[in-house]
Amino acid sequence: MANMTPTKTPMPEQDPNIRNKNFDEVARGYSAEDAINEAQRCINCKHKPCMDGCPVNVRIPEFIAMAAEGKFEDAYQIINSTNALPAVCGRVCPQETQCEGKCVRGIKGESVGIGRLERFVADYHMKNCAEKAKPVENNGHRVAIIGSGPAGLSCAGDLAALGYKVTVFEAFHQTGGVLLYGIPEFRLPKAIVAQEVENLKDKGVEFKTNMVIGRVLSIDELFEDGYEAVFIGSGAGLPMFMNIPGESLNGVYSANEYLTRINFMKAYKSGYDTPITHDKAVAVIGGGNVAMDAARCAKRMGAGKVYIVYRRSDEEMPARREEIHHAKEEGIEFKYLCSPVEILGTEDGWVKGLKIVDMELGEPDDSGRRRPIPVVGSDHVLDVDCVIMALGTSPNPLIKSTTPGLKTNRWGCIVANEATGETSREGVFAGGDAVTGAATVILAMGAGKGAAAAIDKYIKEK
Amino acid sequence: MYKIVKKRDLNPTVCLMEIEAPAVAKKAKAGQFIIFRIDELGERVPLTVADYDREKGTVTIIFQKVGRTTMRLGDLNQGDSILDFVGPLGKASEFDGMTKVCVVGGGVGCAIAYPQAKALHDAGIEVEVIAGFRSKDIVILEDEMKASSDKLFLCTDDGTYGQQGFVTDVLKKRIEEGANYSHIITIGPLIMMKFVVEVAKAHNIPAIVSMNPVMVDGTGMCGCCRVTVGGEVKFACVDGPDFDGYEVDFDETMRRSKMFAADEKKQLTDYMCERDENCNLMSKEVEE
Repeated sequence: MANMTPTKTPMPEQDPNIRNKNFDEVARGYSAEDAINEAQRCINCKHKPCMDGCPVNVRIPEFIAMAAEGKFEDAYQIINSTNALPAVCGRVCPQETQCEGKCVRGIKGESVGIGRLERFVADYHMKNCAEKAKPVENNGHRVAIIGSGPAGLSCAGDLAALGYKVTVFEAFHQTGGVLLYGIPEFRLPKAIVAQEVENLKDKGVEFKTNMVIGRVLSIDELFEDGYEAVFIGSGAGLPMFMNIPGESLNGVYSANEYLTRINFMKAYKSGYDTPITHDKAVAVIGGGNVAMDAARCAKRMGAGKVYIVYRRSDEEMPARREEIHHAKEEGIEFKYLCSPVEILGTEDGWVKGLKIVDMELGEPDDSGRRRPIPVVGSDHVLDVDCVIMALGTSPNPLIKSTTPGLKTNRWGCIVANEATGETSREGVFAGGDAVTGAATVILAMGAGKGAAAAIDKYIKEK
Repeated sequence: MYKIVKKRDLNPTVCLMEIEAPAVAKKAKAGQFIIFRIDELGERVPLTVADYDREKGTVTIIFQKVGRTTMRLGDLNQGDSILDFVGPLGKASEFDGMTKVCVVGGGVGCAIAYPQAKALHDAGIEVEVIAGFRSKDIVILEDEMKASSDKLFLCTDDGTYGQQGFVTDVLKKRIEEGANYSHIITIGPLIMMKFVVEVAKAHNIPAIVSMNPVMVDGTGMCGCCRVTVGGEVKFACVDGPDFDGYEVDFDETMRRSKMFAADEKKQLTDYMCERDENCNLMSKEVEE
């Protein structure tokens, strides 16, 4: 009998005023009882619209049916058969615009908490299943994957399941890409990412860290070494700045730098050597998830005041509603319709303020969002000693510049077929942010998955 | 893990290490750098490749023990290993159009000047090296620089070795003597490079500088190493580390190099106390 409660089973969370001082996970996860309750809200409808909303085709109603009966390990196996990173997706997917956005329960009331259930099931598996996955029989073909972020991991998982000998090359000293350096511990614990990578190792995927492809080895050399296909999932790591005066002052960071120091190099923890500044008041410029992450990190690093400065209004803000809500709860102040014009510095070159101008919304622009226009004479100064630029990122040009014949567009994104990841070079496939520019974890995973199928076809038909 | 196969102290604070890293050794070129991390708790620190041996699979690094990390690295010995060693990073130096080059190195910067001189020398380009040190007891790589140049001019600030004076004094003198350099390459403290570039500019000689700002990833991802060159923001890790010296905003770079000074000082003090139980830096501070 379905549970007809119109709202989701609540997610236990840390109190905002406690959690804004620690890096522990904000959402604590369902209990088994919560999970069964929530799973029973699925009415197992005929058309399964949720599945259309999932870029990696998780068989959602099937796994939920298992969870409703308390068969959590079976539920996990259903998810993991198409999704290499369930514990990650359950936490960071924008379910509200994907699976949950299409759920029929969402028409009258709230959708089924698919993400929360996915997370519970994945965590249950990690805690309770001692049995390790085993590699399938090797088919004798080798594939190289560049980048160990969501696109690369998803591609690696699918190819390994088909019997390919997969090697993932990672430039950093640890695997996970943006899941490690970008998304903070309190949204996605790094131990979870490490565990997902371990699962892939158990399935036979080989990881090589400290390998900057384009420098230590070129794509051509990978082919010479015997790899039959290459997948580029190198992400979009190149940070943008605004080109306003004062951006080179001390105390100005790109969100990438700030988050990398804190999340990846663990500057927030005592005992770690990577330095970080301890700021009193911080302005984060931008309105995406990365801006929310940076602001919430700054708060946790002890800043008394943290502002989000965004040039449009709440309605246009691209961050997930949940992240905006969490940030507000934690005491982040939102300055809507404000655009920075200059960063002010002290005589010895440290940030002392951010000069901003008010904006008003005009006619819709190319993106369909109303274009912000500066209000003349509305300049005022925010009293801050740190400014973090979270304006977006574009793909790193290193691979493009070292791979002859690889086409990119005018934003530096690799030109690739949306479904198959095929590029202008034979045997070279690409997907994720390296192709689309900064997007979401799950879209990158979908692209990795599509490319895995295309690589399989390419090698078999060669 | 990357093994330290050789360690040699060049002077009381400057240390040379050969690290086993065959993939890096195979590709490294003059002007490029590596990033190392000692252990799980360590930070990522960039160091210029001082030399490499493709056959032995080793890369030589030379560093001054100035901060917590370089101090910790210096405390390791031959046979020990470090956790991470990634590279080669950055663009290799380009010597197109150079016919007679003066390589000007200062202090530990000579560790970077030396491979540049060697690469030029090996390419058959005439090279003079001007190497400056504060005093005789910290002179490094004299034999190596001598072997990789047509002429070597050593100078010390206090006159205890070689000519007395700054590298800029020697450079000016050489130019006035008619050395007729096609290019000047300079590596060393920012303030020294700034003044060398001024001399080059006054004599209309193109000057290339090698920048070594604070970095994290070294692949163009964080933007922490940004340097203003000709009014444009460049990332030293991917656009450099070599830049046209005429265009670099040295004052800004000097200021930015101090961004983490407070945290770095504390880290260093903590480490000095950790390694020496008799250290009373901390207790003194408490008393004060």
